[in-house]
Amino acid sequence: MSTQSTRLAARLMVAPSVILLFIWMIVPLAMTLYFSFRLYRLLSPERTGWVGFNNYIWFLNSPDFWLAIWNTLALVGGVLVITVVLGTLVALLIDQPVKGQGVLRILVIAPFFVMPPVAASIWENLFMHPQNGLFAAISRGFGAQPILFLEQHPMPSVIAIVAWEWLPFATLILLTALQSLSSEQIEAAEMDGASAFSRFRYIILPHLTRAITAVILIQTIFLLGIFGEIYTTTQGGPGSASTTLPYMIFKQAIVAKDIGRAAAGGIIAVILANIVAVFLMRGLGKNLDA
Amino acid sequence: MARALSPRRRLLTTIAAWFVALLIFFPVLWMLITSFKTEASAVASPPELFSADWTFENYTEVWARSDYPRFFWNSVVISIGSTLLGLAIAIPAAWSMAFVPTKRTKDLLMWMLSTKMMPAVAVMIPLYLVFQRVGLFDTKIGLVLALMLMNLPIIVWMLYTYFREIPGEILEAARMDGASLWNEIVYVLTPMAVPGIASTLLLNVILAWNEAFWTITLTTTKAAPLSAFIASFSAPQGLFYAKLSAASTMAIAPILILGWFSQKQLVRGLTFGAVK
Amino acid sequence: MGKITLRNVAKRFGEVAVIPDINLDIEDGEFVVFVGPSGCGKSTLLRLIAGLEDVSDGTIEIDGVNATDLPPAKRGLAMVFQSYALYPHMTVRKNIAFPLKMAGLDPAEIERKVDGAAKVLNLSNYLERRPGQLSGGQRQRVAIGRAIVREPKAFLFDEPLSNLDAALRVNMRIEISELHQTLKTTMIYVTHDQVEAMTMADKIVVLNAGRIEQVGSPLELYRRPANLFVAGFIGSPKMNFIEGSEAKLHNAATIGIRPEHIDLSTSAGTWKGTVGMSEHLGSDTFMRVTVEGLGMLTVRASGEVSVQQGDTVWLTPQDGKLHHFDANGKSLA
Repeated sequence: MSTQSTRLAARLMVAPSVILLFIWMIVPLAMTLYFSFRLYRLLSPERTGWVGFNNYIWFLNSPDFWLAIWNTLALVGGVLVITVVLGTLVALLIDQPVKGQGVLRILVIAPFFVMPPVAASIWENLFMHPQNGLFAAISRGFGAQPILFLEQHPMPSVIAIVAWEWLPFATLILLTALQSLSSEQIEAAEMDGASAFSRFRYIILPHLTRAITAVILIQTIFLLGIFGEIYTTTQGGPGSASTTLPYMIFKQAIVAKDIGRAAAGGIIAVILANIVAVFLMRGLGKNLDA
Repeated sequence: MARALSPRRRLLTTIAAWFVALLIFFPVLWMLITSFKTEASAVASPPELFSADWTFENYTEVWARSDYPRFFWNSVVISIGSTLLGLAIAIPAAWSMAFVPTKRTKDLLMWMLSTKMMPAVAVMIPLYLVFQRVGLFDTKIGLVLALMLMNLPIIVWMLYTYFREIPGEILEAARMDGASLWNEIVYVLTPMAVPGIASTLLLNVILAWNEAFWTITLTTTKAAPLSAFIASFSAPQGLFYAKLSAASTMAIAPILILGWFSQKQLVRGLTFGAVK
Repeated sequence: MGKITLRNVAKRFGEVAVIPDINLDIEDGEFVVFVGPSGCGKSTLLRLIAGLEDVSDGTIEIDGVNATDLPPAKRGLAMVFQSYALYPHMTVRKNIAFPLKMAGLDPAEIERKVDGAAKVLNLSNYLERRPGQLSGGQRQRVAIGRAIVREPKAFLFDEPLSNLDAALRVNMRIEISELHQTLKTTMIYVTHDQVEAMTMADKIVVLNAGRIEQVGSPLELYRRPANLFVAGFIGSPKMNFIEGSEAKLHNAATIGIRPEHIDLSTSAGTWKGTVGMSEHLGSDTFMRVTVEGLGMLTVRASGEVSVQQGDTVWLTPQDGKLHHFDANGKSLA
């Protein structure tokens, strides 16, 4: 509903964003694609050449590959489930007419302002450390052996840390959505004899669908690339127990210094990310009338 | 949907809410407490909630041993610069998507978001090389550009969802009143969208401040922000908990304070179109 | 001056022709009302004249100049929107001054004009308020103020009264009519409310499915509707339509008679019927009478009438008030 000149102007105004993002996407992608078919090792720079799909074959046959895929999905899925479920509960709780709501909200959103390396190092050193961590002290207080979080349960520990970082984001969005629900709807449901659970199940939850969709979409975008937390805490270990796909690529590039293989891994990661993206946008896009 | 509760229910809910909130906040609080302890009391067993001999020494030592003001200034320039540049590019784009939508608008938006799904690690080497080649490596401008492009999809999306709540008739009225497109955006749309723009600005300053992959990969010393400061600090110092806590506090305090003071503005626009 | 001429104007959205082909002349100083049911294209037509949409075909001339490709700002027209479309972040003063500021007038001149408009519209005491602090009627006046300061060639109104309550609507109707008397500027007014059309217009354009059904003065349309659609749309309650053998007696496919043109009798008349539901307004009584072979007819009787539901009554159409239509719905003059 507009004139041709407005439509033209609109196209011109959206162009810078599109062009910049396209360059930002395509240049590194093209280079990665190029490297992925090359022999390119920083330790032996004199040996170069085309290697066909060898880098890909190596990457796909690497024993860590499927583990890394699984770990990546577990990280994304685990954090999503935890943040959405806990976020809904926390939002419901602080939406109640309780004393000091403002301060409560400040406390709850604090983790969101903590940069990932700091978050990871607080958890690693102050809490999960087997000797000096607070958790170890609590275990000893009960006369139990300290749990070796990052050594024996690296993935659940990393998931817990990342979930803590993202819980405020989920809570905030869900809380905003919750506050937009008219109390008349709830009162009508009460008049209709709906129990607290039914009210949640049939009124509140459907109302939150869009917010949950937004939370899932945005968090997935950020979670797929999670790297810093693993780098700071477990370094992908012990062994490869907490190696995700991004971390596996990082190891190839920085530790093994094999740029070709890392690039092949990068392309695989991009393909997987796109599969997830298509799946997400198909599934959630229509729900989210963005 | 805040509703009345009976006094007893209200008390119980208040206690529960405070308990949960403190639990979520506790790691930050513990870091803060530890930063004021001596190194010995920081690792004391059983742990001391409040150390008898609390001290500022950790802060003075961290300050003395590192160039905190430079890291801090770099963080400020990079996060605010990238966000303002992003807004300048995104506002026109969001205007066209919100008020002159086409069949492909939604696809375009989803494509923009999908560019963020590309794992940073996957394109680390090429970007490193490109930045080296064009002289953007370890420069503030380079990081401003990189973080602007990283957050651009989010900025466009947030503004788009916010703009869509503004009735198109008002922009048409401006057009009838003789406003050019530029005037329409500057005098009518932008002032009306101030809450949404403020919220977008805050969120993206926070995201940029906390970004710790490109800021570390694409810098060495000159342009390194606080994320690099904390990374460099924790690596060689080993397990000096109190100093690590002090350095961590110094890295996150500015954004934590900003976030707390502006949380109302931040939250207002943080809906991503999820609230009708 | 404000003479607007539409020649073969068409508007298509993709495959859908919202307006297939319209020709219309609006004379300088006329108050023209576009009326029709929702979705008839009346708002689209107004937006085409405003320049907010571009035409798919045809030309729009304003004062003899081809304005078809001019942007809205260059057409010299002002528009009052259904939602008022006031700028919420500006005071009333700044709202009214905005078009002048955009035109680059100097501040003293703007001040003078805004104060003048505010005086005319009784807004002088509200100039420093924001639109959010005003009542519906005041907002409406600000929107009009914003339009008049530009001294446009013509005013365009897009259902401006539909957000007001009934009492205020009557007042604003009168205010807008008086404004037209004072300014003598061309006004084009879009509404779906035929009462607004009848009371305000010099010339009514009845639209249906993107086509002009009839153009004429209110009384012309009332007295001589060109077809079934206009006959049914103009006048309240609606005209009664009778088809079949009764219509054939009058050599027509359909005959129509307005409720106010039927005489009621309890003893004798043309059609015999049974009284159904009645609405008693005090000044008038509307009755629904079922006549065998004709169906249900609405009858309007002046004042109170002492007939009960179920009574038998006789109805007689007044002389010369019967409308005749052919099989295509066109009026047989």
